[in-house]
Amino acid sequence: MNSFEYANPTTVKEATGLLAAQWGEAEILAGGTDLLSLMKNYVATPKRLVSLKDIAELRGITASAAGLRIGAMATLQELHDHKAVHNDYHSLAHAAGSVSSTQIRNMGTVGGDLCQRPRCWYFRNGFGLLGNDAKGQPLVPRGDNRYHAIFGHPGNGVGAYYVHASSLAPAFITFGATVKIAGPKGQREVALASFFKTPKTEGERENVLLPNEIVTEIFIPAASKGMQTATYEVRQKEALDWPLATASVAVRVASGKVTSAQIVLGHVAPVPWPATEASKWLVGQAITETTAAKAGEAAVRGAAPLSGNKYKVQLARVAVKRALLETIAGKEGMSHG
Amino acid sequence: MASEKWPEAGKRSLIGKRLTRLDGAMKSSGRAKYTYDVSRKGLLHGKLVFSPHAHAKVVSIDTSAAEKMPGVKAVQLMIEPGKEVQWQGQEILAIAAETEEQARDAARAVKVQYEKLPHFVVDASPEKAGSNGRPLAEQVTGNPDQGFKEAEVTSEGTYGAPVITHCCLESHGQVAEWEGDNLRVWASTQNVSGISGEISDGLKKGGVDVPASNVQILTPVMGGGFGSKFNADTWGVACAQLAKKAGRPVKMMLERDQELMAAGARPSIHARVRVGAKKDGTITAWSSESWGTGGVGPAGNPILPYVFTRIPNRRSRHTRVNTNTGPARAWRAPNHPQMCLITMSALEDLAAQLQMDPLDFFLKNLPFVIEARAESYRQELLKGAEMMEWKKKWHPRGDKTPGHIKRGLGLSIHTWGGGGHPSNCNCTIRPDGSVEVFLGSQDLGTGTRTVIAMVAGETLGLPVTGVKVNIGDSKFPPSGASGGSTTVGGVSASTRRATTNALNELLAKVAPSLGVEPDKLEAKGGTIRVIDDASKSLTWKQACAKLGATPITASGQRAPSGPDGLISSGVGGIQMAEVSVDIETGIVKIEKMVAVQDCGLIINMKTAESQVNGAMIMGVTYALYEEKLMDEVTGQCLNPDLEFYKLAGIGDVGNFAVHFMTGAGYDERGVIGLGEPPVISPGAAISNAVANAIGVRVPTIPITPEKVLAALETTPRPPSAGSEREGGAA
Repeated sequence: MNSFEYANPTTVKEATGLLAAQWGEAEILAGGTDLLSLMKNYVATPKRLVSLKDIAELRGITASAAGLRIGAMATLQELHDHKAVHNDYHSLAHAAGSVSSTQIRNMGTVGGDLCQRPRCWYFRNGFGLLGNDAKGQPLVPRGDNRYHAIFGHPGNGVGAYYVHASSLAPAFITFGATVKIAGPKGQREVALASFFKTPKTEGERENVLLPNEIVTEIFIPAASKGMQTATYEVRQKEALDWPLATASVAVRVASGKVTSAQIVLGHVAPVPWPATEASKWLVGQAITETTAAKAGEAAVRGAAPLSGNKYKVQLARVAVKRALLETIAGKEGMSHG
Repeated sequence: MASEKWPEAGKRSLIGKRLTRLDGAMKSSGRAKYTYDVSRKGLLHGKLVFSPHAHAKVVSIDTSAAEKMPGVKAVQLMIEPGKEVQWQGQEILAIAAETEEQARDAARAVKVQYEKLPHFVVDASPEKAGSNGRPLAEQVTGNPDQGFKEAEVTSEGTYGAPVITHCCLESHGQVAEWEGDNLRVWASTQNVSGISGEISDGLKKGGVDVPASNVQILTPVMGGGFGSKFNADTWGVACAQLAKKAGRPVKMMLERDQELMAAGARPSIHARVRVGAKKDGTITAWSSESWGTGGVGPAGNPILPYVFTRIPNRRSRHTRVNTNTGPARAWRAPNHPQMCLITMSALEDLAAQLQMDPLDFFLKNLPFVIEARAESYRQELLKGAEMMEWKKKWHPRGDKTPGHIKRGLGLSIHTWGGGGHPSNCNCTIRPDGSVEVFLGSQDLGTGTRTVIAMVAGETLGLPVTGVKVNIGDSKFPPSGASGGSTTVGGVSASTRRATTNALNELLAKVAPSLGVEPDKLEAKGGTIRVIDDASKSLTWKQACAKLGATPITASGQRAPSGPDGLISSGVGGIQMAEVSVDIETGIVKIEKMVAVQDCGLIINMKTAESQVNGAMIMGVTYALYEEKLMDEVTGQCLNPDLEFYKLAGIGDVGNFAVHFMTGAGYDERGVIGLGEPPVISPGAAISNAVANAIGVRVPTIPITPEKVLAALETTPRPPSAGSEREGGAA
């Protein structure tokens, strides 16, 4: 990796001041589990690293009457182990605990999970975020796209084909989480659902951050408590591996019927993918083997698989079904076998 | 005189016991110094510049900017401008700098101009490969057409396995250090005694005249080779050249991406097979058309069918497909896992057509394996069936159990040679009772060091701690390369002879003081004693003290060729796999693997089992996960990392049960190698188990979710939970 300057600020203000106005000049170091491999592969070649490790205000997870505040530098393991997360946000705890490996859970941070770069092998092998050849033509639709998007990609044109790699975002979004962002001009807060975006050109990124902004915390409003939640991830290996598709679901049930539902898919699109139609359809239904399967079917309606990833449509369908069934597992009326 | 013959079963003190490997604690605590760990005063770090293109002409190489980079001390060209590179990862030059990071940055600053040429990187069928296909001669035995006419049932299928790599934990590389005209090389090699000459030759070509005798190779421990580390390699020579130019030692280990792109690949195989049988299961004919790639050069020569080589009527033809991919290297049991996968899959499909239990089908057709193996295969199949509870668990194709998890069983049979390579051993017994053996051999992680100590200890009546084993140095008596599962045969024969010869010299010295002829003495339990009269004995130390001031040194040899009474060749084994398959996600889990193996006289039962366990882990990995993926458009490897080049972890491998055939009928065959045979069957056994579980063949390994789901689409699904099928469409 190139030589770089290492900055170790102790306040957010100091940190944002150390970032550059252009992408690529400075990089933020949180857990480093993604950044270091990007730098070793020369995909990231920053002149300066801004470490967030010594910024106390970015740490910690605190529950209050208003909701749950998660510092961006809280580790995945801390999130998984936190009592409030465990009690009220089962799907989130599960998502954090499922990240492989142990080392990554111990080093990787919540902010890092949301801001990590795609695992797309064209991106990682130096063909840019959109994976274009020297003539600017996209390689993914012509190449090996087994792990790429089935939703939200441009078909055959230029654009993003990668899948967002965040494990936590789908669950966070089902809780209506917001994300706080600090920049040189102060703080702003956006819904996590609108934090992610799909780049159209090579100069854009995967989220709304400006080059000199930092995610400082994630907030889950207390109103989201009391839902039945689950995350199901389809992953080939037990050992270090990425999910092929995931679904996080959060439902409220009264008198055996769903009164509200949030279903968000992961690893199927360049952004966490809300299954809006399936969520709407589920309201008024009792969760059974049949309705869970129908919701899975609705969730993948409109999927546009590439030449080599049709199987992911089935995996997304199953992930939704199984996540929904998990919300009723062990309860009266449970019917899956 | 002590005899070199192996002791009989009741008289063995160490052989056949379960001993923990001598270097286990040293390795697991991180104290073992691998080549990667070697640090020398003034050490520089080398990095390679390699071609990013699959096929290109090197127009020019400009190192001027790189040479001015901080810390850079030497540059060595490895290809001349004007020449072609034939695969991504092919070496262009090497750079040495003060730190690894500086060397890496300098390598990035080298400007190489390429003229890109058309590439061909996929193992396409002969029809599609065009001029890249090199058909080998068709092999015909008997009358295949007649054989198929006689068949009452025939089965046809296409099967395959992709190119995979070796994935040694320690990548290729070495540390080179000059001292005057002498060169010392710490190398991660399977061939300690053999590569001095190669480095000497390479240096001579570059104008540095150093005889092989001045080149010392050191490999005290090494982190895996699996067939990929027999040679010094271009980077071995370049490392020595860099060290010469810089006047300082240089360490150059390959990065993981180079390792995956350039340092070894197992040839792929694909085959269309037709096979026929009588209704009673007797095979009548085999026909196969196969192809595969081993990179740019000729590699991969599968001979089909495998094991059932005496099927009366058979026809086979193989086409080598040349591709612009990293060259093939021997991969643990070269050709065998591929041949096994094709053959055992095709035969299991035939058994399914016949509606026969494949266990019965394989037993029925044992007359078609070589005669010497038939009976041991029968015993092994029955033993494996007992361990797997085969008859209780097996069901016809397609698990009819409701729900989305389907279980299945599969089996496979394999064979291997494994004779002993040439080996020399020196044994020194000193007057204080200390004993050393010296062999220019290497322990790849298999337990060779421990086996040598056990053989020496057995001979001398000492515990393994009573013998110091010196290996991993080319200044020791030469021993062969560790390939073909020949190491244990080679080193156990030479060690047995050297220690027997040394003991006989000692017995001759000691005999007068015990008042008997030397041939009445034996070494047992740390003593030299009169046979059948334990009251007349000397402790080992007392006996050695009789040597006066002069140690004994004796040598022993496993002759370069020919039969050897201590060792032999030829083993068989069977494996069975039990899998569960989630038919909604296509994910395969290994529940259990059973291995039954013969390999003659086993010296260390524990390290032998460890070899089989390790081989089955490797087998599960290539059956389910591994594939070197090449991008057709760019010609580049898509997964030169251990993230998307997937390897099994401990949670993925399931439970293993290992049984060795030992005792009468096996022990008297002498010592035979074991490293390779147990890695041959897992792919076939697992593929067969998946077919048994889901009712349809997944044609190629690795058996990924996408392939399982695709295969299930080709056939009516086994019954799943009723309600979810109703709910299939909202």
